Amino acid sequence: MELLIRNGFVYDPINDIDGEKMDIAVKDGKIVKKVNERKARKIDASGMIVMPGGVDIHSHIAGGKVNSGRLLRPEDHFRDYEPKTSITRSGVGYSIPSTFTTGYRYARMGYTTVMDPAMPPLEAKHTHEEFNDTPIIDKASYPLLGDWWFVLEYLREGKIEECARHVAWMITSTKGYAIKLVNPGGLEAWGFGHNVASLDDQVPYFCITPREIIRGLCKVNKLLNLPHTIHVHTNNLGKPGNYTTALETMKCVEDLADEGKPAIHITHCQFSAFKGDDWRTLESGAEDIANYVNAHSHLTMDMGQIIFTDTTTMTADGPFQFNLYQLSGNKWTNHDVETETSSGIVPFHYRRKSYVHAVQWSIGLELALLIKDPWKIFLTTDHPNAGPFIAYPKIIAWLMSKKAREKTMKKIHPRARSRSLLPSIDRELSFYEIAIMTRAGQAKALGLKTKGHLGVGADADIAIYNFNPETTDPSKKYKALRRAFKRTAYTIKDGTVVVKNGEVVKSAKGATIWLDVKTSEQVKVTEEMKRRFKEYWTVEYENYPVTEHYLEVSCPIVVKADV
Amino acid sequence: MMISLYPKREFKFPIVAECINPEIFAGKKPEEIAELNVWEGNKQKTLGELFRIEETQKTNPSEGGAITIKGDVSKVKRIGAGMKSGEITIFGNVGMHLGEEMKGGKITVHGNVGGWAGSMMKGGTIEIHGNAGDYLGAPYRGSGEGIRGGKIVVYGNVGNDVGAYMRKGLIKIYGNAGQFVGFRMHNGTIYVQGNCGGRAGACMKDGTIIVGGFLEFVMPTFTVDSLKKKVKVEEGEVVEAPFYLFLGDLTENGRGKLYVSKEKNPHLTNYERLLK
Repeated sequence: MELLIRNGFVYDPINDIDGEKMDIAVKDGKIVKKVNERKARKIDASGMIVMPGGVDIHSHIAGGKVNSGRLLRPEDHFRDYEPKTSITRSGVGYSIPSTFTTGYRYARMGYTTVMDPAMPPLEAKHTHEEFNDTPIIDKASYPLLGDWWFVLEYLREGKIEECARHVAWMITSTKGYAIKLVNPGGLEAWGFGHNVASLDDQVPYFCITPREIIRGLCKVNKLLNLPHTIHVHTNNLGKPGNYTTALETMKCVEDLADEGKPAIHITHCQFSAFKGDDWRTLESGAEDIANYVNAHSHLTMDMGQIIFTDTTTMTADGPFQFNLYQLSGNKWTNHDVETETSSGIVPFHYRRKSYVHAVQWSIGLELALLIKDPWKIFLTTDHPNAGPFIAYPKIIAWLMSKKAREKTMKKIHPRARSRSLLPSIDRELSFYEIAIMTRAGQAKALGLKTKGHLGVGADADIAIYNFNPETTDPSKKYKALRRAFKRTAYTIKDGTVVVKNGEVVKSAKGATIWLDVKTSEQVKVTEEMKRRFKEYWTVEYENYPVTEHYLEVSCPIVVKADV
Repeated sequence: MMISLYPKREFKFPIVAECINPEIFAGKKPEEIAELNVWEGNKQKTLGELFRIEETQKTNPSEGGAITIKGDVSKVKRIGAGMKSGEITIFGNVGMHLGEEMKGGKITVHGNVGGWAGSMMKGGTIEIHGNAGDYLGAPYRGSGEGIRGGKIVVYGNVGNDVGAYMRKGLIKIYGNAGQFVGFRMHNGTIYVQGNCGGRAGACMKDGTIIVGGFLEFVMPTFTVDSLKKKVKVEEGEVVEAPFYLFLGDLTENGRGKLYVSKEKNPHLTNYERLLK
């Protein structure tokens, strides 16, 4: 099928196109130079913004943890439900929407690729089953490898190459996309009721430190030539004074970066940028982190912006969730995933009038505005930890309009307001920068070559927003901006119009992207490993890997490793 | 103006009719009211298909509209949900979620009521002259938003979990109550004149529970504090009889007060040893 999108203001940062009025031609699901004008279906995008489909680098949308969250929170779905239509299935929201609703809601906002950042390898099958039921969007998942027993043992013995081969086997057999580290070392320690407090604390019974794990997996990542960097949720997350840990984590891989290429992704950095000794003296550490990031090029990060709403926190960081439960007194779950990782869920309400929450809100925006290069910081809410993904248009408005920020500032806790750096920041992002933070930058950081841009050969994932940047000033008309980004005029996925005027008009299947890592010699599954599986796992080794037929639409990316 | 509703037939399927609300009816003619949407099972119907609607002049018009329902509506859910003013009077049995999240006004029922009456309410009054089901004044499943104000009076018996997660307001029960009265309550007052099932005040943080009848047992996580001669239920209502006062729930570091009648609970005399 051929498609011609005419006269839109195109923002395509990867190809250096900044609001130029031009046509985009689509044929067979790909962007092409030109199409037969008479035959092609034409979409008139005059007076509208045309961007590549959105890419979300970090959003918990599927898997055992998300599903436990759904079970834990019937009241979350109570007020937010969507009846079925002739095209879409029914479903519920709000902070942990059902799989189908997740797909529809992302598509309505113009997002077409979403990464689930925490898949315990043991629950890979569950995650992929939910992916199969998440329509429209393409998705991938990062297996949690930072506290994986075999990895810890290989790294302790300094066997980087063996570790790399093992990780390659893990990623391919769980159909994952990148290496995820959550509170490296801390989760294993949590299995024994402890945590690690700094990068140089030892993990009990493993004689290894978080620093060694991060550096080791960073080297592994390089040996395997994985498209994304290691994806790190730092130690001490959510504790006052933890910005030093975040800085330490960034510094510890400085020497491992190749020229100009990032070596580490610090995720939901807002939660790792707390200054102060306790909750009463909490302050923003955003400036220190921003200064460091502005001076270095070996890292990327995402915001994890707080939204003032009732949401559900869920991470693999068991000790953090335990602390959060003690703070909030809410219901909670905590789980030890055998030898792999841990996890926890606590419902949480972020309130404007709470000093701590208001400071957190400010930190996220300060990070995004103080880091000068938008290719280094991406827009996320760490859905659903800091807020549901449907709040992205709100964040876009805060970033593009000082007026919008000031309006929210008026309503937050007065002490937080007086300490915030935001009033001193005049920066208002342009659509070009927003396009980087919401799609181009994320696609580049993920190494997705056919996503996040509109050059010839790219996937025809396109979002068209009904907002005229020539006649309307986004910094003044931020409400119109919010409306436009909430519901696209058109969302096009693989060359098919899936959303029109904010309504889903076609429910397509999205693909599951995974890495087929080719090592020079096959990974030997030793008898020792099989014996361990028998001894420690509830699942037999033979049943462990996810086979390709499990994925309804499989989209493997072949990676040639150096080992 | 007053609107009367008469069920046209015996309902077989559950009906969701949150449109039965004085504010929604206000300013509408009976023909317009008949066009309001309701769900019967999985079919969308209009109110007029299920009810005969009559307009009657009210002799002394109070603030807000008034609705009278005559007949059995025990399959009809969410009557008066979210209402802010006006009055609903029901002669017959009513279904679940009566007056859910109501903020003001009054609902009177001359019959029995299903579960979750007055769930998550913030104000107003519900008066039930029959029995009420489980979860009276308790929040929706999983939610911690208990009632934040208002008053519920039941002249009959009630089921389990009365006033769970309650934060403010008053629940008075002149009959008997089931188990878990005031489960996890934060504040407010619950008065049960009759007997009470076990586990009253489990996990309570604060607030007052008064049991005027027999209480099967006091949870071991409560500590006896004193013997009181009388207890105030609300302004103008004082129960004059000796009550044991227990404090708890200690597992939650709670400071809730559980008053239990001395007269009706001879099995609790053991606790008097601890008072000396």
